[in-house]
Amino acid sequence: MADGEKTIELLREKFPGAAVASGSYRDQHWVQVRLDSLPEIARWLRDAPETSYEFLLDVTAVHWPDDPEPIELVYHFFSLSRNDRLRLKSRASDRGPVPTLCDLWASADWNERETYDMFGVVFEGHPDLRRILMPDDYTDFPLRKELPLFRG
Amino acid sequence: MDHRIERSEEHPDVITINMGPSHPATHGVLRVVLQLDGETVVKAVPHLGYLHRGMEKLAENRTYLQFIPYTDRMDYLSPLCANVGFALAVEELLGVRVPPRCEVIRVLASELARIGSHLVWLGTHALDIGAATVFFHTFKDREWHYDLVEDLCGARLTTSYTRVGGVAHDVTKEWLGKLREFVDAFSGRVDEYESLLTNNAIWLERTQGVGSLTAEQAISHGMTGPSLRATGVEYDVRKARPYSGYENYDFEVPTGTEGDVYDRYLVRIEEMRQAARILDQALRNLPDGPVNIDDPKIFLPPKKRVLTSMEELIQQFMIVTEGFDCPEGEIYHSTEVPKGELGFYIISTGGKSPYRLRIRSPSFNNVSTLPVLVEGGLIADVIANIASLDPVMGEVDR
Repeated sequence: MADGEKTIELLREKFPGAAVASGSYRDQHWVQVRLDSLPEIARWLRDAPETSYEFLLDVTAVHWPDDPEPIELVYHFFSLSRNDRLRLKSRASDRGPVPTLCDLWASADWNERETYDMFGVVFEGHPDLRRILMPDDYTDFPLRKELPLFRG
Repeated sequence: MDHRIERSEEHPDVITINMGPSHPATHGVLRVVLQLDGETVVKAVPHLGYLHRGMEKLAENRTYLQFIPYTDRMDYLSPLCANVGFALAVEELLGVRVPPRCEVIRVLASELARIGSHLVWLGTHALDIGAATVFFHTFKDREWHYDLVEDLCGARLTTSYTRVGGVAHDVTKEWLGKLREFVDAFSGRVDEYESLLTNNAIWLERTQGVGSLTAEQAISHGMTGPSLRATGVEYDVRKARPYSGYENYDFEVPTGTEGDVYDRYLVRIEEMRQAARILDQALRNLPDGPVNIDDPKIFLPPKKRVLTSMEELIQQFMIVTEGFDCPEGEIYHSTEVPKGELGFYIISTGGKSPYRLRIRSPSFNNVSTLPVLVEGGLIADVIANIASLDPVMGEVDR
């Protein structure tokens, strides 16, 4: 079965109303969940035997400036035991706040810091939310669409 | 100076020292602020970003083809692997598959690059701990490998060898002959490196039981590649999710048990042998045929035709200046590079550039384990630990 497809079915059963959208492209399935249900779903994804996504491979965001909720968070999970990937998304308002997954995966720490650094999204509950790639005194968030590649 | 590092009650005599970003043993511009109590590391805080070039932002303003040279500059010790990884990701987005000869050539390029990367790691790792001899052996062979890379694509580092839908040009018979010589000799070379280290009492003293990581810790940090496998987790993208026909090759995925510096060393040593084994099989089974897809909208026409035919001239002009259109969609595609799982997450809203390109870099996640490895250990072991993670800052910072 294609990546993530089965998990999304299970997720809809287990958390009715949490999934607001889903889709697939080239057999890679994604699901968008409500922001407040994100930590609970993430814990289930990691711990339940039928999901068992041991890896949080990546955390990032996409900026859609024209949307009412312009920040799209994107999480990539990987289950080594089932050899399955899942792309989980959630929408947030401009600077968050959004829940952290640091208490579930250590990889969330640096990846969420980078997402904050690049998009200005505040992860609530993150133990050390500082810039990671840009200098500490930098004031912009480079991957936001309103920031031009070259300035003037 | 970092505000989070302070003297504490249980360590009243701590001093704070700064290691890097320009330090020969940090393997690039990694900076670590260390808090020491005597020789013991109490706290280590890595600082990144000294090589941040904003590749993800740049990608949004470049065509897919124009981004290939940027992939050279991510993991600059094995640019060919990143070239292949990016081309595969865009091909997945487009839904095209390259011809069999191209797939085998990409395997040849990737495994050659893997050997090159591991040779740098081994030489500098040993040098960091004081075993200078190994460096001379591995860098001599690395030059041999670089001669091959140069013959393949005209450059040592800025290879840019792949194209979306193929490779820049076919390999020559002479090159295959030279690669065959290298492959046949290489296993013997690995034996020689091993004879200097594997049973060396000083090497064992400096590496065994140093920087141990459990499988759970490694997985939680998103660690991939040889460092993960040293903890006993058998995860290799080439096996779990084969690409470029890796399912057709007979090779093993070496794993460790202790997850310490020594196991990371053993895993990479064995990986070099396995890479040579894959190269050997690829050389035996290189099929004839084209090395790129036949789609004039995506792939550049042959140069000879560009210079003689109007049609092809226009085609080349359009692809180079404007790029090709990608369908709307999003994909995540990853490959096993020498450092671990290199993933590209591309969102296309149609058009000639990605709307968003995310690079999931293995070194970034691997380096995040550094505090776990070094805290509580000796300062001399910090150097052994950094080297054993084999980070490349070009890839960490992007």
